Amino acid sequence: MDKDKKIEMYRKMLEIRLFEEKVFELYGQNLVPGTIHLYAGEEAVAVGVCANLRKDDYIVSTHRGHGHCIAKGARLDKTMAEILGKKTGYCMGKGGSMHIADFSIGMLGATAVVGAGIPIATGAGLSIKLRRTDQVTACFFGDGASNQGTFHEGINMAAVWKLPVLFVCENNLYAMGTRQTQVMLTKDIAKRAVAYGIPGVSVDGNDVIAVYEAAQQAVRRARSGDGPTLIECRTYRHKGHSRFDPATYRSKEEVEEWLDKDPVRRLKNQLLERNDLSNTEVKQIEKEVSDAVEAAVKFAKDSPYPAPEEALEDVYA
Amino acid sequence: MREITYRDALREALLEEMQRDKTVFLLGEDIGRYWEGAFKVTKGLAKEFGDERVRDTPISESAIIGTAVGAAITGMRPVAEIMFGDLTTLAMDQIANQAAKIRYMFGGQVKVPLVIRTPFGGGVNIAAHHSQSLEAWFMHVPGLFVAVPSTPYDAKGLLKTGIRSDNPVVFCEHKLLYPIEGLIPEEDYTVPFGVADIKREGRDVTVVATMFMVHRALEAAKTLEKEGLSVELVDPRTLVPLDKETIINSVKKTGRLVVVSEDCKTAGVTAEITAVVAEEAIDYLDAPIKRVAEPDTPIPFSPPLEKYVIPDERSIIKAVKEIVLKE
Repeated sequence: MDKDKKIEMYRKMLEIRLFEEKVFELYGQNLVPGTIHLYAGEEAVAVGVCANLRKDDYIVSTHRGHGHCIAKGARLDKTMAEILGKKTGYCMGKGGSMHIADFSIGMLGATAVVGAGIPIATGAGLSIKLRRTDQVTACFFGDGASNQGTFHEGINMAAVWKLPVLFVCENNLYAMGTRQTQVMLTKDIAKRAVAYGIPGVSVDGNDVIAVYEAAQQAVRRARSGDGPTLIECRTYRHKGHSRFDPATYRSKEEVEEWLDKDPVRRLKNQLLERNDLSNTEVKQIEKEVSDAVEAAVKFAKDSPYPAPEEALEDVYA
Repeated sequence: MREITYRDALREALLEEMQRDKTVFLLGEDIGRYWEGAFKVTKGLAKEFGDERVRDTPISESAIIGTAVGAAITGMRPVAEIMFGDLTTLAMDQIANQAAKIRYMFGGQVKVPLVIRTPFGGGVNIAAHHSQSLEAWFMHVPGLFVAVPSTPYDAKGLLKTGIRSDNPVVFCEHKLLYPIEGLIPEEDYTVPFGVADIKREGRDVTVVATMFMVHRALEAAKTLEKEGLSVELVDPRTLVPLDKETIINSVKKTGRLVVVSEDCKTAGVTAEITAVVAEEAIDYLDAPIKRVAEPDTPIPFSPPLEKYVIPDERSIIKAVKEIVLKE
């Protein structure tokens, strides 16, 4: 992989990390209404997949979706404004953290019903096939979603119709507080692909290069009309499930082990070791990204809330 | 004008809209060339348009609707068939949480031009899993339109409007209506949503009824006419949007209201229409409102049992007489 691509991915991953850290901070200041599900720790998945996508390709996201949006190219300011419930947000304050969408970049939205995005991604794939374009759709969901009926229905349908879809399972080992081993006997969610007659691969979801390469193959297969792929990315969320979750169901040792595998630091070290970036350049990127996040926060904070009666708009087209 | 069945009227609407707009396609269980729809509404369409556009699906209701939603938000106009209305329950998240809310939740960024066709209603002895009338469930979900055609003319015109609409439409059909014949024009036409049709003018009482109950109410009206009672029959044609004005204007004229629907009484279609009139036109009423509906039971199998719970001509006549002959 060429150096520029890696640096571009590093910058995106860092954007997500610093963005999420800022969301956590703003949440602590009571500036974020409702709840938050942070993507910190899982950046390599969204970035490794989306680095293979064109602007006109689609993604379908989840309640833990900030990272997917940013990786697909969403603006930080409009994303932050939405999380703060402002009129200038992507959804004009109607969606919030769990429902960000930007149709102008093929980000078809985040559903907060676990697994519900899977058949929707299949439908976007069907639409591509019927319109005879060479777009693809990437569908993100978690290990928990792989136990929903929609996983079976949606992937089977995409498989039998050979639709251009990447089913990307972010296996972070826990569905809220329920450990994967409590709710399924297989360790490898990717193996479920066998049942649908499609390729299933399991990769280190904290290694952005591994994710990138798996997604590259799947995109190639999808664009050439050979159908969907299931990609399982083993990863870990740095924070709890949502805002109040101290994640006591995870041992300290386990958390530390995964923090050691931090995907952002890992790529940074690799870039430094191979002299793809100098320390000065790393600092420069950090500063630029940090400034961009700060600007997004300022934009969001300075933006007005929607007028209350806007609640009545856009129920119907 | 020519006389065709409700089934053929629906088929013509699908055919003509598919000819007119190549983004329209159909998906559902057994709708393709081998079975052509459990009720034969899609007869001949796969042969006409090919298997790509008239697409047999696995038995996966949730994915049928989810797939339709995904296609609708990326440039297509899917018409999904759910073989029996009862089975919409399997796709309820996709209908109520996804299709209905995507536009609103995403701040109006996208339209969801999707039609879900499905037959409701009893009367054919297929018991509790194939006979329900769940229209009211969908009325309760903002973001959905709910169409309830009672005649071939309305069926074709409303389905065309539904397919051309940029909103998700739950298009309720009725098993007993498929063979019913009626007149439709030769030329292209549509029936707008939110415009009720006065199926029969009258003076003494307003009867509001939908789908198959329109026909039972018409029979009841004929019988009552012989007894000197004049019934005005209003068919809302769509429950969402609901043409309150036509209903209220009729009530203002007659001063009496009977609401008839095949769905369960509690929190059902009759409850909503009754509430609208009570809230907005109670001063015009000369008698209490009467509701004729299914008595809050599952639909039973055995013919005498099923016949007992589904409103019929007699129960409509009884309700009318209770409020018209009161004074």
